[in-house]
Amino acid sequence: MSGHASNEMNTAPAWGGKVSPFRVSYGKLMMWFFLVSDALTFGGLLVAYGYTRYTFDGQWPIGEETFEALPFLGNGYPLMYVALMTFILIVSSVTMVLAVEAGHRMDKKGVIKWMLATIIGGFFFLGSQAWEWSHFIHGTHFGRVELEDGSSAIVKGHFGEIESFEVIEPGAHSPAAGELITNDNISAEEGDLMHAFQHAAVAGHLEGEAGNLKIHLHDGTVAKVNKKADKNLQLLIKEPGTKYAVSLPSDESTRISEEEGSVNMYYAALTKGDVIYGANMEQNEYGPQQYGQFFFFITGFHGFHVFSGVVINIIIFLGVLKGIYHKRGHYEMVEKTGLYWHFVDLVWVFVFTFFYLI
Amino acid sequence: MERDDVYEYSLDTHHSEEEGKKVRKKIWFVTLLLTVVTAVEVALGAMVKQGSDMWTTVKVLFIVLTLLKAGYIVLTFMHLGDEKKVLKWIILLPYIIFIIYLMFISFTEATAVGPEM
Repeated sequence: MSGHASNEMNTAPAWGGKVSPFRVSYGKLMMWFFLVSDALTFGGLLVAYGYTRYTFDGQWPIGEETFEALPFLGNGYPLMYVALMTFILIVSSVTMVLAVEAGHRMDKKGVIKWMLATIIGGFFFLGSQAWEWSHFIHGTHFGRVELEDGSSAIVKGHFGEIESFEVIEPGAHSPAAGELITNDNISAEEGDLMHAFQHAAVAGHLEGEAGNLKIHLHDGTVAKVNKKADKNLQLLIKEPGTKYAVSLPSDESTRISEEEGSVNMYYAALTKGDVIYGANMEQNEYGPQQYGQFFFFITGFHGFHVFSGVVINIIIFLGVLKGIYHKRGHYEMVEKTGLYWHFVDLVWVFVFTFFYLI
Repeated sequence: MERDDVYEYSLDTHHSEEEGKKVRKKIWFVTLLLTVVTAVEVALGAMVKQGSDMWTTVKVLFIVLTLLKAGYIVLTFMHLGDEKKVLKWIILLPYIIFIIYLMFISFTEATAVGPEM
């Protein structure tokens, strides 16, 4: 291309708007400028995240401890789900660039095929993010507890399943004393056993100790909780109290193990109602309040970009189907929406590293 | 007279079947690269605990790998590498300068406010 520069240029049409600056079309240039400004927004958000994280140091949640669940498979798969989401977005970026390539060959069928794949990939990513948000908001089975010395701990281990509530004193909607409340006959107000259990824990409506818990339900029922024993329950101190210091992620001996009485400490906190499950705008079980807000805002703002990207892709896809761009003689619109779509992938690459990995 | 100084659209708006093959080959290569790098990152993230001896090295490696991925996405998928050089640097340079400055000033301030690193 450098050969062109030495050509004698006719400058007359340059002032008539006939020469594109930088040899790109107006639309593409403006898309690039928009992407730069959008990148500044995300850059600002991630730097703000880094700033806040620095100021909290050890209390900040750790990616591989926080995000370790998979749909249907449960816990214990650190970062696998986010890796899957990253892979989905990379693949949909690839199908987009293949659509652009097909457009360069004026291969309408190719453009249709690859754009459709891109849109499907976009929906897959949005679905994954919905699941992740739902998981983040509902939280873990254990939650986060405040211990007697004022320290605050998250819990690792396997939560023993709640099998039933055995009615001791019947309430307004419950079966008779001695009967069992299971997920099949529990009232709609309570939802399911796990939900009722967590709700009672937060409200301070649990009493007793591990293996012998009594629950007070909404309708006045008092019942014994039939629950399997938890396995390998460990407390990871996140905020120090008068007795316990913050657990180091690199050293498992700084956690409180079952031998050191983690089970009793956990259920003591649970029966006092000193527990937080999941996340909302005020508090979350994972770490400082700002952590939840950054999670919601950064992944939410990115997710909104993905959503609008899918919408724009669909609009352009309809144009391709109608043959608008084929008639026009070039598929530059596919290229422009492609730029936006790749940018969404690009942002996720950085979010993945700075939010989840580091 | 045929003119070659008027460009209505990007230079690479059209290409032939053979060129397409080359482009596609490159796309699949970059796909493989991005996938492998992501897999390596996840494996390292799951294996190396934060705060361990290796952690600082791994952290730096994460950032290098991220920039590598970003470079491939921007230069190959977004075709910025194929645009005119001046356009490429008009997009990249101001952003790079600004973000480095922002990171420098924010993290310096953060260490002043927060605990000693």
